[in-house]
Amino acid sequence: MRTDISKINEHSPHQDMTEGLMMFAAATSKQFNTGEWRTNTPIFKADKCKQCLLCAPVCPDSSIPVVDSKRADFDYDHCKGCGICAAVCPFDAIEMKEGQEV
Amino acid sequence: MAKKDRMSGNEAVAYAIRQINPDVMPAFPITPSTEIPQMVSTYIANGDIETEFIPVESEHSAMSAAIGSEAAGARTLTATSSCGLALMWEELLIAASNRMPLALALVNRTLSGPININCDHSDGMGARDTGWIQIYAENNQEAYDNFIQAYPIAEDPRVHLPIMICQDGFITSHAVENITLEEDADVKEFVGEYHPEEFLLNPGKPVAVGPYSLSCYAMEARYNQAQAMENAKEVIVEVAQKFKKQFGRGFEFFEEYKTEDADYIMVIMGSAAGTAKQAVDDLRAQGKKVGVIKLRVFRPFPAEELAAALKNCKAVAIMDRTESYNTHGGPLAAELTAGLYRAKVWIETVCYTYGLAGRDFMVETVYDIFNELEDVVENGKKVEQHKYVGLRK
Repeated sequence: MRTDISKINEHSPHQDMTEGLMMFAAATSKQFNTGEWRTNTPIFKADKCKQCLLCAPVCPDSSIPVVDSKRADFDYDHCKGCGICAAVCPFDAIEMKEGQEV
Repeated sequence: MAKKDRMSGNEAVAYAIRQINPDVMPAFPITPSTEIPQMVSTYIANGDIETEFIPVESEHSAMSAAIGSEAAGARTLTATSSCGLALMWEELLIAASNRMPLALALVNRTLSGPININCDHSDGMGARDTGWIQIYAENNQEAYDNFIQAYPIAEDPRVHLPIMICQDGFITSHAVENITLEEDADVKEFVGEYHPEEFLLNPGKPVAVGPYSLSCYAMEARYNQAQAMENAKEVIVEVAQKFKKQFGRGFEFFEEYKTEDADYIMVIMGSAAGTAKQAVDDLRAQGKKVGVIKLRVFRPFPAEELAAALKNCKAVAIMDRTESYNTHGGPLAAELTAGLYRAKVWIETVCYTYGLAGRDFMVETVYDIFNELEDVVENGKKVEQHKYVGLRK
């Protein structure tokens, strides 16, 4: 019964659904763009950032990528705009902006 | 060789559990099912079985742990009664929709209130639309036999649904009766080993269980679940036939007792069927053509099969050991009369509510019911279509 779930979509007939809607894949939440839910958007000010990295671990959606010990710009596909990162930043390097657009 | 013994219903189910040696049992005690986890714990403590017992803090947790354990790939069961089943409510539906073939030993006890610990079917009947298979027993022997058949039904790839094996609280669970116990090896062979195709603890083959489902998927999932319940009908029959062939006992959906030429039939579930059969024997001795159908399988509901079995009688008494508060009969009455209508079987029916919260059900009551059915047919007596028996007036 292990099937390629990427072939199942909202037009598939009931026969094509997996049993109990089981998903035969890992980390499929990445395919779900929760950034569409965002009503406020954090803007990264790289010139003010000291790379203290207080922001990355508090992000509930893992939307602050850290590469080579440095934070990069936001993953806007998944950031829901909660603003926790802006609240913990000691250097005003994250500014919250109204709306979903960057 | 099978051996003769004497046991209570709870002992009989615990004995079956020992023979099956399931992987995990999360449970929380509640009267009258408490003895089952207690006896299983004793088997574990004595090294008779390798089952992992999880003492949980509530029945909601018991069912949650059971679902998690089953999803992980372990053969799982739990036991409960009454308010314990009610507290599992939310999780019962999840177990079914996640298609987890776990087993629950339900010892039927009334739901409060008024608060009461004795037998009726309000707990099981309240859970009738949660997507579980439900099989009811008349006595300790049937509780034992049904439990041995539980996993072969639930784990069948055509089914993959959870299953409740029900017996009447105290009347069956605590009364000691004669029983035939099968050999451990024969039971183990009948039940087989559990090898799920998909499970969580399966390295390299990731699976997500019970994901959030949008409107564009949920209805298809429900339909498939209902199809699995439909498939359960053929599997229940196959397993019952195999059991009967091997051990010489049992029925498919129901037992037909002296119904072949019967003008009047009582349809009843659980321990009270024994009382009804005694009354039928007494009335047969007086030349009355009466019989009993004891319903074993309530979910899936064998509507067509019951209609076919009743089509030649003149009137049927449908016995509910619970109150639906719908003002026109209990769940068995509602479903059976609907089944008769759909099968175009036009016979008289009277829906009786009996035995609530442990009220005794007597052979004299059964005589009265059969007399009343005869009065309806022979003399055109008008009776209420939904009435209580054993009620002080």
